[in-house]
Amino acid sequence: MELVEAIILAVLAASTPLLIAATGELVAERSGVLNLGVEGMMIVGAACGFAGAWLTGSILVGALFGIIAGTLMSLVFALMALGLAVNQVATGLALTILGIGLSGLIGAGFVGERITPAVHLYIPVLTDIPLIGRVLFGEDGFIYFSVALIVGVWWFLYRTRAGLILRACGDNHVSAHALGYPVLRIRTFAVMFGGACAGLAGAYLPLAYTPFFIPGMTAGRGWIALALVVFSSWRPGRLVVGAYLFGAVTILQLHAQGWGVGIPSQFMSALPYLATVIVLVLLSRARTGGSTAPAALGTVFVSDR
Amino acid sequence: MQLVLEKRAERSGTIALVSPLIAIGLTILTMVILFAILGKNPLLALHAYFIAPLTDGYSLQEIAVKATPLVMIAIGLSLCYLANAWNIGAEGQFLIGAVAGSWIAVKTQGTDAGAWVLPAMLVLAAAAGALYALIPAICKVKFGASEILTSLMLVYVADLFLDYLVRGPWRDPHGFNFPTTAEFDPVATVPLLIEGGRLHLGSIIALLVVAAAAILLGRTIKGFEIRVVGAAPRAARFGGFNANQLIILTFAVSGALAGLAGIIEVAGPIGHLQPGISPGYGFTAIIVAFLGRLNPFGILIAGLFLALTFIGGEQAQIAMKIPLDVTKVFQGILLFYVLACDSLILYRFKLVFPNRQVTRGAG
Repeated sequence: MELVEAIILAVLAASTPLLIAATGELVAERSGVLNLGVEGMMIVGAACGFAGAWLTGSILVGALFGIIAGTLMSLVFALMALGLAVNQVATGLALTILGIGLSGLIGAGFVGERITPAVHLYIPVLTDIPLIGRVLFGEDGFIYFSVALIVGVWWFLYRTRAGLILRACGDNHVSAHALGYPVLRIRTFAVMFGGACAGLAGAYLPLAYTPFFIPGMTAGRGWIALALVVFSSWRPGRLVVGAYLFGAVTILQLHAQGWGVGIPSQFMSALPYLATVIVLVLLSRARTGGSTAPAALGTVFVSDR
Repeated sequence: MQLVLEKRAERSGTIALVSPLIAIGLTILTMVILFAILGKNPLLALHAYFIAPLTDGYSLQEIAVKATPLVMIAIGLSLCYLANAWNIGAEGQFLIGAVAGSWIAVKTQGTDAGAWVLPAMLVLAAAAGALYALIPAICKVKFGASEILTSLMLVYVADLFLDYLVRGPWRDPHGFNFPTTAEFDPVATVPLLIEGGRLHLGSIIALLVVAAAAILLGRTIKGFEIRVVGAAPRAARFGGFNANQLIILTFAVSGALAGLAGIIEVAGPIGHLQPGISPGYGFTAIIVAFLGRLNPFGILIAGLFLALTFIGGEQAQIAMKIPLDVTKVFQGILLFYVLACDSLILYRFKLVFPNRQVTRGAG
């Protein structure tokens, strides 16, 4: 019983950074922008988040630092891909390369330092309920926030006028422009939201997942988040399922390494990456009847006033 | 008042020529600011980065050694990018090539195997790199899976596989438990060009690759197809060019070149297989490809320039305690400026004074 509870808790913790980062990217992609720099924004968010928390002793300040860092990174992307109409794939790659360098530079002074990780909720009675108590009422704040975030994004995209306009920009920017909507401004906000989420997701790693910073600690999570958006067919509901499934794969392979199943640990560690490839193939294959991606995803828009 | 982009009637030839130079200039300017923030003397730092490595023979050779894998990988990537196929997993193909070639070196260790060993290693490495690159290419063509994500995921898989081999079955029993294979035999080593120097045969191979790519792109129908499919997909379809076939071809070629670069690095400057054989060559090569404007000779120059930043970065770290990550920041910023300047070949800036009613009404 305790093992099951421990595994569920670990899966939730491993899924949360994926969920937060993928939620942000989903909004950006729904507006028609493919920002491949999620990994770069996350790793800078991780370094800045840890720096903020270490300097002030506050997890909240750390999280804010992460959000600000991710947003600033995304503004660089927006300036390039939206302002200068540069190829989005190349710009995203540049953002990741830059982010890995910057995070090493920022985080260098903090390697080996430790902080007190984010506290877990404790409500007397409720948290003590066996099995579900800690899962539902004993998590850190980030996990509750991530759930609220995805619900909020679902509501925004499908229940508000602004969300409808954002989706219109992603499906047909020429029509949206013709109707008088400021396509580039809307996309800039969507990209900034994606950056803020990626920064927060990165900050989650040193603030709650492990209480220290190591260079390259995002270990491809930003890329997996990008794959999750494809997996979700750009729908928030399926994104939640995907994120928790991937979290489960990560944790199960870790536990399997612990149980010593006789398979070399490196093969188990490769599982989440292989799973991503297999899932992408299976899903893309199932979707032969037409793509569910936003129709204008990744295309350049230059207004012709 | 607003600053907007406007499409030029035709590409600007002047800007196309000077844009890489402007990008390098802007990058250096940004680095001066960064050095100042880090509390280092910018002039001394720039000297350590860009001048000092050019002043002694050893560093000059070292630049050529570092440029070798960068140029080979970037040539392959440029073919992919020209055909609008996004292979960003060259790092993984590089590692798999290194592993496949090392397999022969490890298995023939201590035997009296002859001169066939090195050529066999090179061929096998190229084949393995090509096969590894074909995984994302086939997933793309057959199933429509994003080649960007699959090729990148396979980098992590290759990295873990190499790690497993050197910590497990291939570990040197006399290596004090370090995760490395034994030093390769002389027949499994890339020969040096200068006795006692650093320059090796790989650099010659890289030059041959540059020449071959120049001929392919400039003088053959295949090269023409690659450029048309990327630049004008619709026209290519009318012309009867098979875009899927070109994705497969360009991925295979770029994988083969990355794999070849991998084994040359391992059997050349390093001499054994170990984790961390690449300081990110596969990713830096993306920058090389763009900085070189996806042109073989441009890539040769860009490869030498980025190799200079690797060597300069090491020297700056030793001489001025500037962190090695500055080199990566430098490379990232450089790619940004290159892309931004390239945008001005197609577009120009224009100031507009929009009248809301009119723009809304007229669209």
